[in-house]
Amino acid sequence: MVALVVVSHSRALARAALGLAEQMLTTRRPPIELAAGLDEQTYGTDATAIAAAITVADAASEGDGVVVLTDLGSAVLSADLALELLDDGLRERVVLSPGPLVEGLVMAAVTAATGADLTRVAAVAADALMPKQAALGRRTPSAGQDDLS
Amino acid sequence: MTDSGEGHAAPPDPATDEEAGEIRAADLGRWLREFARLVRANRDLLTALDSAIGDADHGLNLDRGMTAVVIELDAAPRISSPATLLRTAGMTLVRTVGGASGPLYGTLLMRMAAACSAPTLSAEELAIGLRAGLDGVTARGRARPGEKTLLDALEPACAALDSALAEGTSLGVALHAARAAADAGRDATTAMVARKGRASYLGERSVGHQDPGATSMALLVTAAATSLGEPADSATAGAPGSD
Repeated sequence: MVALVVVSHSRALARAALGLAEQMLTTRRPPIELAAGLDEQTYGTDATAIAAAITVADAASEGDGVVVLTDLGSAVLSADLALELLDDGLRERVVLSPGPLVEGLVMAAVTAATGADLTRVAAVAADALMPKQAALGRRTPSAGQDDLS
Repeated sequence: MTDSGEGHAAPPDPATDEEAGEIRAADLGRWLREFARLVRANRDLLTALDSAIGDADHGLNLDRGMTAVVIELDAAPRISSPATLLRTAGMTLVRTVGGASGPLYGTLLMRMAAACSAPTLSAEELAIGLRAGLDGVTARGRARPGEKTLLDALEPACAALDSALAEGTSLGVALHAARAAADAGRDATTAMVARKGRASYLGERSVGHQDPGATSMALLVTAAATSLGEPADSATAGAPGSD
């Protein structure tokens, strides 16, 4: 089963996101590892911790692959660096998702639980904002102050 | 918490006299210790700059990381190869900084390590290493100069170092040229619109603020100029190249 890794600046945020996903995982669940925060209180990301989490997740996935969900900023940079710290063979089975952390994690977890392959799980995570966008439309005001005032 | 470690970095090594001008692991250690000292001294400035256009943690994060690097250097005083020292420092930053400067400065030092395999480095090899670090940071951040990032200090520093060495100047003179270029690049970020990182969320409102990453990068180059610009053995206060 495809495994997931949650990368966040905040350990509490990662746990809460996992809890939200676990609500949907009643019978089968994919392996999910967290790499978040420098410690319980300190915001930050650590590429070596991410690489370790990916390695554990990969072992649990039995070679089916790993999708990595990140929050923002240095989470992306650290995840990118973590790929360099992995063995070559493992790196090919890892996808850094451009999807949103919470929606991406929930949808990837549900999809992985069905036994979907790495390509499918990664695609679902990347498109995880689509249901919300379909519901609300994409009425994003172009960033100028005029639209916001 | 002390700032110990200055002035005592060079281990007794009779071979060094024959290799004046060569850069050893211990010299790179002095460079990183000086950077740690400058980061500590400028911690509040870096954080204040980051509070204007980011998440107000750059000084704290980098100080935590460089403090950890100094502890690593103290714990392993006999690291004898430049590559090992640079890689150790880079991995320490990756583990301890937490913010974007962790993977960015970590990548810089680890790519330098990969490019600096010789037991001692010539000035040209140091410049090649720094250039490899610049390329690594550029790829990591998918950034380029002009986007209000640390590249705006690092790229001109590399260019100035390369061109000074190509003209046959001493390492000391070349590093001081690099320092001047980094400082000018740092100052130029004030007028730039941020295109990368959290500051980019502010768009035009980022104009008028000096970039914290470029500011810390200029400190790294300053530390190189003051710690590597003159041979450790003749570390008197004299101006370099004044013969």
